Amino acid sequence: MKTTNIMIVGVGGQGTLLTSRILGGLALDAGYDVKLSEVHGMAQRGGSVVTYVRYGEKVAEPIIEEGMADIIIAFERLEALRYAHFLKKDGVLIANDQKIEPMPVLLGMADYPENVLENLAKKYTLFSVDAMQQAKQLGNSRVFNIIVLGLVAKHMKFSKEEWYKVIEKTVPPKTVEINKKAFDAGYQL
Amino acid sequence: MTNKVIMLGNEAIARGAYEAGVKVSAAYPGTPSTEISESIIKYKEVYAEWSPNEKVAAEVAIGASLAGVRSLASMKQVGLNVASDPLYTFSYMGVNAGMVFVVADDPGLYSSQNEQDTRAVARAAHVPVLEPSDSQEAKDFVKFAYELSEKYDTPVIVRTTTRLSHSQGIVELNDRAEIADKPYKKDIRKNVMIPGFAKFRHVAVEQRDIALTKDASELPINKVEMNDTKIGVITSGMSYQYVKEALPRASVLKLGIINPLPRKLIEDFAGKVEKLYIIEELDPVIEQQVTSWGIKAVGKEILTVQGEYSANMLRQAIGGEVLALEQPAEVPARPPVLCPGCPHRSVFSVLSKLKLHAAGDIGCYTLGALPPLGVIDEFVCMGASISTMHGIEKAKGKEFSKEWVAVIGDSTFLHTGINSLMNMVYNKATSTVIILDNSTTGMTGHQDHPATGKTLMGEVTYMMNLKALCVAMGINHVVEVNSFDLAAMESAVKEAINKDEISVIIAKSPCVLLDKQKRQGYRILADKCKKCGMCLKPGCPAMRKSADGTVQIDETMCNGCGLCKSLCKFGAIEQAGEK
Ligand SMILES: Cc1ncc(C[n+]2csc(CCOP(=O)(O)OP(=O)(O)O)c2C)c(N)n1
Repeated sequence: MKTTNIMIVGVGGQGTLLTSRILGGLALDAGYDVKLSEVHGMAQRGGSVVTYVRYGEKVAEPIIEEGMADIIIAFERLEALRYAHFLKKDGVLIANDQKIEPMPVLLGMADYPENVLENLAKKYTLFSVDAMQQAKQLGNSRVFNIIVLGLVAKHMKFSKEEWYKVIEKTVPPKTVEINKKAFDAGYQL
Repeated sequence: MTNKVIMLGNEAIARGAYEAGVKVSAAYPGTPSTEISESIIKYKEVYAEWSPNEKVAAEVAIGASLAGVRSLASMKQVGLNVASDPLYTFSYMGVNAGMVFVVADDPGLYSSQNEQDTRAVARAAHVPVLEPSDSQEAKDFVKFAYELSEKYDTPVIVRTTTRLSHSQGIVELNDRAEIADKPYKKDIRKNVMIPGFAKFRHVAVEQRDIALTKDASELPINKVEMNDTKIGVITSGMSYQYVKEALPRASVLKLGIINPLPRKLIEDFAGKVEKLYIIEELDPVIEQQVTSWGIKAVGKEILTVQGEYSANMLRQAIGGEVLALEQPAEVPARPPVLCPGCPHRSVFSVLSKLKLHAAGDIGCYTLGALPPLGVIDEFVCMGASISTMHGIEKAKGKEFSKEWVAVIGDSTFLHTGINSLMNMVYNKATSTVIILDNSTTGMTGHQDHPATGKTLMGEVTYMMNLKALCVAMGINHVVEVNSFDLAAMESAVKEAINKDEISVIIAKSPCVLLDKQKRQGYRILADKCKKCGMCLKPGCPAMRKSADGTVQIDETMCNGCGLCKSLCKFGAIEQAGEK
């Protein structure tokens, strides 16, 4: 089996680590070799963050390089654009339609690009969701990343039961129900 | 029930120490090594502490080894500089029970001020260094390090890197070895390193080097994978993974021990392959030695001493592949910033207003060097703000240094800043030191330190009083100011810089991320906003100028510190819920 490569990109503080833990647990339960890689530290301070998830028969390097990603999960528009070139030719980009302006933009030293998702859709297979909006409707804005994950699940080969099982194991017990609801919301899109 | 789990490299290191029967662990935080200590506390059999700095941590672990229990000291690469004094001499003494240093290097400078290579330090200190390449090996090599340590009577360094420490992989768990404590034996010829005894220990070190070099070729942590012999690669650590990815058909000698090198194994391998490459991140530690033995090998002339390697890099440099990679889009950078509500921003806004220079130090507050605050002029290493400030005063005199202050975090002050402050008192300085006391070690993810009142294991302890400490050192002018009280801060700074004696200002306000209770956010009253931009000056990421020139506050990001309100002369900013 070929190794599957998934990248999660976003802004420090957006909860990329939880998402990668769920993906890692999923692959481990299915009996694959798994490697995850993320860089802690400076990234927590609102910087650009990227996490790599790789699984397959045997995984060597823990990172994903340009042109290798099967799926990129982007929690923010600008970050989707920053990393889109990591996608394989037939790769899928799943984007949360949210804008967080970086400091150079706030200081007026750079412009936040216009129509990011529209332009990315011309070049790549893209699915997007305003997960923040949906999460607020569910009554908990923190679960927006699980909504995105529900959308991702449609493009992966695991059953809904397998996803539920790993979500139950990974999120805090009190939040299992709301997280499953969030997952369903994304899955139904 | 399987005993296979996914573990971060650092968690696996902690697990390895636990399984090896370690009883004492000491460390000072530092990315990417911090999670080792944060993981080890779940094993109740291990006593674990944050020490105030790496030298202290190393010495605590050395004491435990001398007393007869296996011990661990962990730190980032620059931490080993601080701990290198005990390292070099403990190498002469050797251990009673096994003692291991885990040192995390940072190729790619994800969170460090340099890219030094710990393997070179290990060579200089005549200490064995092992290099694992995934989480499973991280655990296994740490356990093996304790065996080596006891067998060869030496501390052992396990070198990890950011990529290994912060990657997760599958690890098979084993039980903890029940290791009986060794009896303590008084032996001054081995443990009191006065010159007369150290001279003989140096002989022992040399003998140990020779014995280990001989045995290194037989160690199970080295691996030969013979394949196509046209290309042979000698590699270690994370580079091994890139080699497997990029050159799957090559023959590989994967070294587990880097110091001393297994010479016989390397010579045998080199004799079997047509073209030999040596692939190692950072310095050519393996390459320089191997080529000095007359073996022909290609390495740094086609690769680099900088940054992380990758499979694509090797595909191009060695495989000769031409990769048709897409160009990345041009997008604005997203550098790390001080959080909304960070007390450092408030203090810096005063220093910026007063147009002062700052001798800086390391922590979140180092971000104050960047626009728009731009108040920090220089920063070298932990503790250096206060001592470089002193040097600046001694070089150019009081009048010159009146335009400067030193800024240092609370954790950094207790790490090594305290010695520098003692020096200022002793050598009659008149400059000003601002301790940015946010009650935590922020940058590395909120660790406790001697002035937080809590230990690594979560126990309540004495909370060091920074003001009393400064007073006890002989400083008369020590004031505590709330970091968000701009007027008080401004007058305190003005008073301090104009005094003919040393002053310490302790700027107090807890890190906003510690404050679990979310405060009400602020909002702009558009009709009152005069578009002057004063509130934007400190660069709060929750604030932006909208198209019409008025300011907007992002309610989801605002942490309610009120700095913007304090800066607004027109009453155009109010807290949500305010009348
Ligand atoms: C010798 C050494 N050890 C550890 C580190 C890692 N490190 C960087 S900043 C920092 C501590 C910062 O804490 P503090 O001074 O309280 O400032 P804050 O980040 O809370 O503003 C540490 C431990 C380092 N750079 N050098």
